[in-house]
Amino acid sequence: MKVQVPYLSRIEGHAHLVVDTKAGEVVECQLEVVETPRFFEKLLVGRHYSEVAGLASRICGVCSHSHTLVSLMATERAFGMEVSEQVTSLRRLLMYGEILQSHLLHLYFMAVPDYLGVNSLLAMAQSRRDLVARALRLKKLGSDICEVIGGRPVHPVTTCVGGFHRFPEASELQRLRRCLSKALPDLEQTVELVAGLDWPDFSHQAECLALHDSDGYPQFGETLISSAGLQVPNSCYREMIREYVVPHSTAKHARINDETYMVGPLARLRQGFHHLSPLAREVADLQGLSPSTNNPYLSQGARLVEVLHCVEQSMHLIDHLLLEGLKYEEPVVTCKAREGVATLEAPRGVLLHAYSYDKEGFLTSADCVIPTAQNLANLEMNLRARVPQIIDEEPDTFQSELEKLVRAYDPCLSCSTHLLTIDRL
Amino acid sequence: MKPRVGFFDFTGCEGCQLTILNLAEKLLDVLDLVEVVEFREVQGHCNEDLDIAFVEGSICRLDEEKRLRMIRTRSKKLITLGACADLAGINIAHEEAGGAELAMAVYGSDSKHLQGGQARPVSVIVPIDGRIPGCPVDGQEFLSILHALLLDRPTNLPAFSLCVECKLAELPCTFEQGIVCLGPVVRAGCNALCIEGGDRCRGCRGLVDNPRESSYHRVLETFNRSVDDILEEYRTYNLRIDEE
Ligand code: SF4
Ligand code: SF4
Repeated sequence: MKVQVPYLSRIEGHAHLVVDTKAGEVVECQLEVVETPRFFEKLLVGRHYSEVAGLASRICGVCSHSHTLVSLMATERAFGMEVSEQVTSLRRLLMYGEILQSHLLHLYFMAVPDYLGVNSLLAMAQSRRDLVARALRLKKLGSDICEVIGGRPVHPVTTCVGGFHRFPEASELQRLRRCLSKALPDLEQTVELVAGLDWPDFSHQAECLALHDSDGYPQFGETLISSAGLQVPNSCYREMIREYVVPHSTAKHARINDETYMVGPLARLRQGFHHLSPLAREVADLQGLSPSTNNPYLSQGARLVEVLHCVEQSMHLIDHLLLEGLKYEEPVVTCKAREGVATLEAPRGVLLHAYSYDKEGFLTSADCVIPTAQNLANLEMNLRARVPQIIDEEPDTFQSELEKLVRAYDPCLSCSTHLLTIDRL
Repeated sequence: MKPRVGFFDFTGCEGCQLTILNLAEKLLDVLDLVEVVEFREVQGHCNEDLDIAFVEGSICRLDEEKRLRMIRTRSKKLITLGACADLAGINIAHEEAGGAELAMAVYGSDSKHLQGGQARPVSVIVPIDGRIPGCPVDGQEFLSILHALLLDRPTNLPAFSLCVECKLAELPCTFEQGIVCLGPVVRAGCNALCIEGGDRCRGCRGLVDNPRESSYHRVLETFNRSVDDILEEYRTYNLRIDEE
């Protein structure tokens, strides 16, 4: 039996799914990433530091703030700059906004339709208007945060090396604070909807990788920690993460010590479980999620937990910023000819940019390690393990179960950015 | 029957489609007016005839070219969505870095799947009926163009330069800080968003129809800037194509 799903829908970017089985055995199981490579790492080279983050943000629209911030941080690292606590707090808030925007888009528009048995949420605009309106309202909550802090919901304009060109007004933050608390009933209904979905029963042990954030739940951090107990500072990422090319994909694959691994909400939840905010913790318990959960389908549940966490943390952060009072800070930049590596937790997992600069502040090399690329090999392993369990299902069910698994990883393929020397395995 | 609309994406970051999903309640109103039959990011696909196709992203490879032609044959109107589709946008930059040879040198000859191909604007491959500029597009502008299309009115874009909006917003001129800005030659319509955010205009909306070169040159002279400075700025969103 051969199943081919060309142009998978409800994912970011382009991919085909190919599964070939013979006598119950998996002969081939591949997620072919067909997105045109965009060579971002190359097109950043030669650019002035003031331009780099703006270009890097165009790697992906859905995580443009993550790419912007990690890019700014890598440049700051190279130049040996520290940013103020105020800047860090605003960046954190921006990240919460992006995670909300991305997770809610994913949960409502990409994942939930599978479980409701519909092709698209948009098609339900008449029959389930309340549901569609709620999804769009909640998604806007995240994009409003991004707009207030970053100046635009997609591709921020206020951010710069050293901090911000423009700081939000206190009144704008107060407005956000009100929107966040007003969203609680919508969130409650979301929990009811998502936590009530019937996730397939499937466990597959995988190594998980997340950042160690000294301030709590993984978000910003400079140490990579794997569930197998490995630990390296981000500047030594090449010792841990090995990226390689596979013939069927324009996105790279990655392994740690020859093993596939997972990054993203479930990996973070496992590592940061004890740092979850109270509401988020409740939602985790409600779904039976724990630090040892290893059902990849439950990444969706972890996403829901993170939504609650980000909403709660955003409210605290806004209170803190308002209490301290916002002050304008002029970023002062001194270029240095050095390498800088930075990491953060993007909605889909650990994101890393490594840059080298010359002394005039022009970029001489760039390497970007992207969450989806890190997840692809593990996703294929999961697919292989899942196929024998559902092989006797009707073709439609068979296909939709596999698509659910692909979507649980929320693959984001717009960023087939890699430029690499060929590495024959 | 409601007009049938599709959204299609080629090489780009999907930020333009996301901007449309960000319209929130206003998107619900849109759904009352039209039937969205295809939107890969959030919906399965079909192969039916369409009244309006919105196309995001630049066209880089032969397979993309073929898919675009297919979309054109089944759509009454085809509108580009964003700078990648409009100007080839940011995707063209790697060509300047060495193009096809570069891909060959780095990936080797038997890794064809890793080759990017030349990024081109949609209008180079098929005729278009309108365009929505920006990187990403502006949600409000998308709505007004959609309304114009539904009413069979022309989809005109602002014909004046960004400086006008910048001055209306009482923002200080970027040139006064010694920084080159593309405002004088770029089409208005974003409310000088980047300048408001403290950055400069980098030209994502493309050139205004008749850029007033002589007055622009005077601005450059006043602020001691050369035409080369500007041409360098043109690189980001590939403004030269628009110029030809
Ligand atoms: S125009 Fe900009 S926002 Fe739109 S797809 Fe291209 S890079 Fe993304
Ligand atoms: S100010 Fe310039 S770069 Fe910014 S959105 Fe407007 S046209 Fe685009």
